[in-house]
Amino acid sequence: MRELSLHLLDLAENAVTAGARRVSITVEESPAEDRLTIRVADDGPGLPEEKLRRLEDPFVTSRTTRRVGLGLSLLAAAARRAGGGMTVRSTPGKGTEVTARFRYHHIDRAPLGDVAATVATLIAGYPAVDFVYRHRIEEREIALDTRELRAAGEGLDPSEPAVAEAVARWLRDQLLRSAPGEEEDPDAQVDR
Amino acid sequence: MPKLTVDDLRQIKERTLQATALRHGTARVKITVHMGTCGIAAGARAVMAALMEEMAEAGRTDIRVVTSGCMGMCSSEPNVTVEVLGEEPIVYQHMDANRMRQVFRRHVLLGEVQTDFALAKV
Repeated sequence: MRELSLHLLDLAENAVTAGARRVSITVEESPAEDRLTIRVADDGPGLPEEKLRRLEDPFVTSRTTRRVGLGLSLLAAAARRAGGGMTVRSTPGKGTEVTARFRYHHIDRAPLGDVAATVATLIAGYPAVDFVYRHRIEEREIALDTRELRAAGEGLDPSEPAVAEAVARWLRDQLLRSAPGEEEDPDAQVDR
Repeated sequence: MPKLTVDDLRQIKERTLQATALRHGTARVKITVHMGTCGIAAGARAVMAALMEEMAEAGRTDIRVVTSGCMGMCSSEPNVTVEVLGEEPIVYQHMDANRMRQVFRRHVLLGEVQTDFALAKV
């Protein structure tokens, strides 16, 4: 994956496929502390302990179409390559939480990329799932919750492509305003 | 902390009113963007973004867009399946944003299957 935001999309996709109804995506950026953390937590069925122990093995998957599952092993490799690591916590029946940590300034850390596109893709693609997005850049925090959108939106359906697009534009705008010194994602500059 | 406020939502609603006119009943067309790890790594998100733009512009209420997981044909990702009511589903392969726009405008809106990109009928 070229961007960490694509890993986020992949993890959220895993969660939905596993049966989650609510998926929380968190990004924490702290250039000052040389730290970047991404996390996807869901309320899905969780993972049995046997699976949990072998998660980073690319030849372990719950999928039945193929015998290879690359998502988590790719993320674990990306995190390790950038001086960090990946942890997975899971409680059967309660949900799963995948966290990947990176050294913010590590030369091999992939750019975060267009997280707004990831969020838009998810809310448009999975109308029946609620998504919570929180993004912290040092002291500043941006938050988005599709349940609140539905509740406050006066009949607005977040999964309508036009609405999801508008939400993405809002998010992109907020992120640009909060961007730390060096901007890393050229895609985020367009489509204002 | 910046949050999407009700005012923001009102603005969004006004802007997107036409495109979001009630989507009732059975959709005539269903477009599925396959988003497994393989699809995502191959560029499915850009395909989805282009499709959402086209949808917003077209303002059609009889078309649904959904995403799904890997369909087991990873080597031809990004794959997109177009199902028109009463017709055989068409799987498009090696999609990108431009191909998606072409498929949307020609196949979805005008009914012309774009055989150049079609992987197979399923």
